[in-house]
Amino acid sequence: MNDTILEARNIQKSFDDPVKVQVLKDISFKIDKGEFVSVIGKSGCGKSTLLYILSTMDTIYDGDLLIDNQLMNGRKEVELARVRNEKIGFVFQFHYLLNEFNVLKNVMLPGLKLGKFSAKEVEEHAMEQLKKLGIDHLSHKMAGQISGGEKQRVAIARALINQPLIIMGDEPTGNLDKRNSEIVFEIFSQLKEEFNQTLLIVTHDLDFSGKCSRVIEMEDGRIIRQ
Amino acid sequence: MNIRLIISIAGSLLFARLKQTAVAAIGVTFSIMMFVTLLSFMSGLNDLLDGLILNRTAHVRLYNEIKPNPEQPLNLSEAYKNAHNFIRSVKSSNKRKEIYDNASIMKSLLHDPNVRGIAPRITAPVFFNDGAIEITGSINGIDVEAEGKLFFFNDYVTDGHPTDLKNVSNSIILGKGLAQTLLAEIGDVVQVTTSEGERFPLKVVGYFQSGLLDYDKVQSFASITTAQKLLGKSNSYITDIQIKLHDINLAPAKAIEYEQRFGVDAEDIKTANAQFETGSSVRTIISYAVGVTLLIVSGFGIYNILNMMIYEKMESIAILKATGFAGKDVQRVFMFIALSIGVVGGMLGLFFGFLLSLGIDQIPFNTASLPTIKTFPIRYNPVFYGIGAIFSFITTFLAGYLPARKASMVDPVVILRGK
Repeated sequence: MNDTILEARNIQKSFDDPVKVQVLKDISFKIDKGEFVSVIGKSGCGKSTLLYILSTMDTIYDGDLLIDNQLMNGRKEVELARVRNEKIGFVFQFHYLLNEFNVLKNVMLPGLKLGKFSAKEVEEHAMEQLKKLGIDHLSHKMAGQISGGEKQRVAIARALINQPLIIMGDEPTGNLDKRNSEIVFEIFSQLKEEFNQTLLIVTHDLDFSGKCSRVIEMEDGRIIRQ
Repeated sequence: MNIRLIISIAGSLLFARLKQTAVAAIGVTFSIMMFVTLLSFMSGLNDLLDGLILNRTAHVRLYNEIKPNPEQPLNLSEAYKNAHNFIRSVKSSNKRKEIYDNASIMKSLLHDPNVRGIAPRITAPVFFNDGAIEITGSINGIDVEAEGKLFFFNDYVTDGHPTDLKNVSNSIILGKGLAQTLLAEIGDVVQVTTSEGERFPLKVVGYFQSGLLDYDKVQSFASITTAQKLLGKSNSYITDIQIKLHDINLAPAKAIEYEQRFGVDAEDIKTANAQFETGSSVRTIISYAVGVTLLIVSGFGIYNILNMMIYEKMESIAILKATGFAGKDVQRVFMFIALSIGVVGGMLGLFFGFLLSLGIDQIPFNTASLPTIKTFPIRYNPVFYGIGAIFSFITTFLAGYLPARKASMVDPVVILRGK
């Protein structure tokens, strides 16, 4: 249980425009395998900024980021894309499915990109994930035709397709009603319990964070409690 | 595998915006269609106009020109060898117009691998007598078969049979304009007076129409034997040898060579008709310029539509990147979209261009000066289609490159957070 999945060492970030504002100050923490971590804090405290740095999408920062004990600093864009593809699953606040594709294809895309399995196998995996989340009946609908709660579940299935080391969520319940939020939380905790899935969720939903195994609280770019 | 994925993503984006992409493809189709048609039509026209002169003109013509002898006696004098001599009132020397020993010259020309064929000719100025009126003109004694083969003589004989020149003795084919002046119809006999004063009746067996009015007003054709008889010369008398080469570009060099080898005057087609080549190349340049402009305009169309598509698909690009697609993959997706618009549009353009050319080829085009032309001239040349295909590929590549690069640079953080 003590394998470190993700480690942040002294991460700092500041925006230069229009005046220099330091948004992240000396952030250091570790996430071990199987942890369900939520990051909370007020709007503007830097929690989303931190998440995008941890997800390797934002590369402009000081400090060290290790995913799976490998240093991410200074890597090429292509390599980072590969890391995201293979090791990180994303769930966003606004579901962000590709409307040009049907549900099944949306889930399959990262798997096809990874190229580890044949298209047929990826399709089977995708169907498994959809079944696990109880939305396999939607698999051939276009992404634009399903409800918000369903979209978020499809997004979770997509995040899971490559069996990532960690799932990251940016306010995954922020845009959902209470019932759907609960469903999403249920899915997350089920993933943790049954599959020992590591999760890192940014939220300001205190109901949500209250049920997590570990809470990191931020204020003004610092971690004030973890 | 990865390529297939990229193609399937590009395909989905394309079909999601079918109307937009169709508009872009139609732009390419239209420009390629016009490009191909324009070039086919223009070069058809060029061929026609060049044919007016080039078809009927020898690449190299051997003859004896009446001119002053360049070697005047004074120049040969030892005493004045180093002096600068001014000679006044030099007269042209009385040279025979006949090409001396023409049989052996023709024989050696036929052995020259660069020569496609030769046609001997006699040109003689004559008067046509119409009652009291004398009309100046000239008679060309020709070898009908060689003339037909090398200079398309048969195409320009509008009435009557060219072979009658050979089969009917003392026969003549009159230029259309000349025949109209003489009021001579086929079967009539016209009176001809040579420069020596001999009068000769000749039977009209056909009309000749070259397309050049001035030419048709003075020229007429007879067989070589008739012309020799007319002039009272022996059957070895020839004034011109017309040579067609395999490669017209060799004409100037060959002319110089023959001049020295056979001791006659030689004129090549390039020197004689330089203006035609200039006209052709200017027309070709203009049609290429217009065609390329059309293509560039359609390139801007593609550029615009791709740019719009990228703005619309920002979110999709960001999500692709977040889930592990690299910038390069995104760039490939959009390049693929651009190129498929270009290739599909270009192919359709080539097809419709061909159809349009066929259509223009059917439009009647009758003009008195061009007897052989019944419809607008079109040249079907695969090279134009090749150039069209290559250009459509290049313009869409360039038009797609910048937007695709932009798409590859999209920062997913900005898009995902910005909402």
